[in-house]
Amino acid sequence: MTRALLLLRRRLVGSAFVLLIVVIGTFLLLEAAPGDAVDAYIASTGGDAGMIELLRHRWGLDQSALTRLANYLWALLHLDLGQSVTFSRPIRDVILERLPNTLLLMGSATALSFGLGSALGIYAGARPGSFRDRFLSIGSLALYAVPGFWLALVLIIIFAVDLRWFPIGGIESIASGKTGLDRAADIARHLILPVSALGFIYLALYLRMMRAGMAEVWRQDFVLAARAKGLSRRRIVLAHVARNALLPLVTMLGLQSAQMLGGSVVIESVFSVPGLGRLAQEAVAARDTPLLLGIILVSAVLVIAINLLVDIAYAFLDPRVGASEAGA
Amino acid sequence: MNPLRRFLRAREAVAGAIILVALFAMALTASLFFPGDPQAIAGPALLPPFQDWSLPLGTDRLGRDVMAELFHGAGTSLVVGLAAAAAALAVGAIVGTLAGFAGGLVDEVLMRITDAFQTVPSFLLALAFVSIVGPSLGVVVTAIALGAWTGPARVARAEVLSIRERDFVAGARVIGMHPLEIAFREVLPNALPPVLALSSVIVAAAILTEAALSFLGLGDPNRVTWGGMIAEGRAVLRTAPFLSIIPGVALVLTVLGVYLAGEGVVETTAVRRSLS
Repeated sequence: MTRALLLLRRRLVGSAFVLLIVVIGTFLLLEAAPGDAVDAYIASTGGDAGMIELLRHRWGLDQSALTRLANYLWALLHLDLGQSVTFSRPIRDVILERLPNTLLLMGSATALSFGLGSALGIYAGARPGSFRDRFLSIGSLALYAVPGFWLALVLIIIFAVDLRWFPIGGIESIASGKTGLDRAADIARHLILPVSALGFIYLALYLRMMRAGMAEVWRQDFVLAARAKGLSRRRIVLAHVARNALLPLVTMLGLQSAQMLGGSVVIESVFSVPGLGRLAQEAVAARDTPLLLGIILVSAVLVIAINLLVDIAYAFLDPRVGASEAGA
Repeated sequence: MNPLRRFLRAREAVAGAIILVALFAMALTASLFFPGDPQAIAGPALLPPFQDWSLPLGTDRLGRDVMAELFHGAGTSLVVGLAAAAAALAVGAIVGTLAGFAGGLVDEVLMRITDAFQTVPSFLLALAFVSIVGPSLGVVVTAIALGAWTGPARVARAEVLSIRERDFVAGARVIGMHPLEIAFREVLPNALPPVLALSSVIVAAAILTEAALSFLGLGDPNRVTWGGMIAEGRAVLRTAPFLSIIPGVALVLTVLGVYLAGEGVVETTAVRRSLS
């Protein structure tokens, strides 16, 4: 346990620095955007030059860039992301409202791509160079080449328009009055297509990594020893080869989270899932830069948190990690 | 056996190369076969494919020739993909070399910046950058490169860390070369091969990102893009799905071609290196 705690402490300090750099980056982008918060406010409410001056002064926008950066940091420390002009509400509230849908989508898609990807990777890597190995390698590469938004549209054409198996978009039936399990089933039915679109794109990555990892492990001495002991092939594949090849995939889970958040923008837009990604697209369409940058900040925090969790899980799975620090 | 013949023996690599050659041919002959503005109205609206041989792939909602748009869009995908990848590889190689060769505080700062760029979803970053600066070809290329340079930077740094301890670097120090000159004239060229091995993945990702940006309406408005064509077709998804499917198939083939050819090149050169 102390091992994991020590690792956590070191990673938290590093993460704070990284987050500071991200914040400075979003501040620079905010500064580069044409117009400021006052322009956006006046554009939506109207007002004269005197009012503009007053607001600029009150919101501290007439001060130097460094002071503005300090104000921005101070506000962020109080979890204040500013006001969204499009929604006329605090950005934090708008984002928190959309976050659960994105987490549900991402979590399910990750489970799909990791589960099915590593299973198929084991299947391919069990007999390197066989027909099924080559077929799955090429097939997964082809899948990896598919743009997410296009796969989403193709799934809609086949399963929502032609076969009418699933709804065309949204997160649940509007005003259906469903509660409890019924509602959960309804949401699941709405999420099957978006989760498939997002999950299948990244499936190839886990499949290929699992396969490549297994090819490495096959060459190691302990596999030879297992063979010499006369273990069945099935047992060698599952208990010795696949098990050792699985660890690097866990790290990949964390690294992929940023990619998946990015990918969810187009998927949520195509399926009208009211999540963070769709919010980003709405912010772009409405030219609501503070909202867009708020989403980027929240995504960065989310990615850091996921990576921390993955690191801790990894420390539990692999006793070698962090052992030197605990011993010191 | 020379590398070219080895490359030609790998069937997947040859398939990839054929796709890429076809793509370049499409891009280069676009103005020849389809002169004038590809976004001009060429016939009746929503003509299905294979009906009229002067408009082989039919027309879209506004009566624009899908075939002409497909040819002109090939150029956009290739230019953006190659330019963004070149920029990302160059920036990544330079940052990685500086970090690895300088070490200490420079290394620490550069690597935390790299971390920060990897923490922000690259597609969101590209989205924000294009929407703030305004869509044009150069901005789209920059936006994509912004999210793609971190991989090459890490690989370059790792390679430089092992190279800087070699004898020829010590030799360059002894004859009094400037550290920057050593870093960029002696170390960087030797660190390049594994960085360049990333090119196909980066080009492919750049093409996909460009398509996604155009799909969301953030492509260069003065150019035909396959992503834009798919977005355009989406409005008539029920009645004319071919308008979304055709440019999508072109995208899949392009990215697959880049992957296959890239993998072929890496494999043939890697074999050559391990043999020598």
